Amino acid sequence: MSVDPLVRADTLVVGHRFPICRPVSFELRPGEILGLAGPNGSGKTTLLHAIVDAEHVLSGSLVRRRDAELTVLQQRPGLPEEAPFTGADLLRICKAEHRDPPPCLLPLLPKRMDMLSGGQVQLLHVWACLGCSASLVLLDEPTNHLDPDARVRLADMVETGRADRGLLLVSHDRTFLEQTCNRVVDLLPATAQF
Amino acid sequence: MTATLLWDPLFRDPLMVGLVLAPLAAVLGCWLRVRDEWLACLGYTHAAGAGGVLAAAIHVPMLPAAMAAACAAGGVKAALGRVGNEAFAVMLLSGWAFALLLAANHPRADVVGRVFLDGQILFASRDQLWVALGVAVVALASLPVLSRRLLRQRFQPAHHRANRRTHWASGLAFDLLVVLSMAVCSMAMGVMAAFAMVLVPAWVAWRLARGWHMTLWLSAGLAVIAYLCAFLLAILLDQPFGPVMVAVLLTGLPLRLLSRPGTSG
Repeated sequence: MSVDPLVRADTLVVGHRFPICRPVSFELRPGEILGLAGPNGSGKTTLLHAIVDAEHVLSGSLVRRRDAELTVLQQRPGLPEEAPFTGADLLRICKAEHRDPPPCLLPLLPKRMDMLSGGQVQLLHVWACLGCSASLVLLDEPTNHLDPDARVRLADMVETGRADRGLLLVSHDRTFLEQTCNRVVDLLPATAQF
Repeated sequence: MTATLLWDPLFRDPLMVGLVLAPLAAVLGCWLRVRDEWLACLGYTHAAGAGGVLAAAIHVPMLPAAMAAACAAGGVKAALGRVGNEAFAVMLLSGWAFALLLAANHPRADVVGRVFLDGQILFASRDQLWVALGVAVVALASLPVLSRRLLRQRFQPAHHRANRRTHWASGLAFDLLVVLSMAVCSMAMGVMAAFAMVLVPAWVAWRLARGWHMTLWLSAGLAVIAYLCAFLLAILLDQPFGPVMVAVLLTGLPLRLLSRPGTSG
């Protein structure tokens, strides 16, 4: 039985007033992890925004399944410098109670997030996306602030959190994408020469 | 003697008005900090003050006029979207200038203007108590519903948009709640005391508490304690309530030093 893709892009070009990337095609089905790789300025984050709100599409087509519940890890998740929220608060607020958090996060849950390192906060934000019931999870630069050990934990979390949903990982770290994704699509800047 | 004073029939209604409004303002202050909008309430209190002074000058009921003026200020804020602190500062300055100019040129407005600035909760009436209770009940009913949406919007700003859900209704409902609460608070406590009640307890709790729920409880608890102290001091020392309230709250500010958060690297 064929399952409809959660997202399908066909010769898609995104940008603001001018194209940022060269045409790209891909599709993401439930149970798959797709990586979007590319250098800085190649339009990775803009493409993610296009999936979120259907803006920034200059040509080609981008179709999102209507019943797909979406959650997004943004590059700079909003958190005041001083804030009393604990890790457990974050997961509760983001409804990431669908799955038990991985053991590496358990010691972080009772702590204030402003007492944690950037890497620990990043892992919590990733699980805030992966732990909820969304069928389509978009993670923008999930390796930000992570040291090599934390990247291993992130890879485990992605594997644990994939289940029967679609995961789209955007990163300039191609090695990480190749280790964690089923497929990796390269995004090239519009100005790229061949 | 202090307990007798607190339960004196002369002061009972004013005391109860503050006991309802103090924790309400302090709890709202926590959400305003989450939204980086704590300066907004100073704009609302001044708008409410200007509305009250205008009402006195033209002989219409002050509390509804203050609420209407604060709502109008909230409407301007909603129309402008998330514009930052400059817009709230303009709102504040406009309300302040309008209220003082009107008070300077109208004898009745002058009296009301001074009440707003000084903050004379001892004059609070039974009607104000009913209005305060009404706003508190609305807040108790709506905040649990609004809270998760407001907090999620802070942590995952793209979530509602990504799932084609509108967020404006919850934002507007929260703004309306803040506007009404600030109007009632400024009428009862005075403009600056209402602002301090929103700012200080939440700011202290922000540093000391571990977790969101503890922050709300601590903020409300600090506000009630500070209010009771200020109420008694204002009566015993025969001082205007507003400045005493602000001074007591500022005295509690060093509590922030009890905790020194630091990141683990």
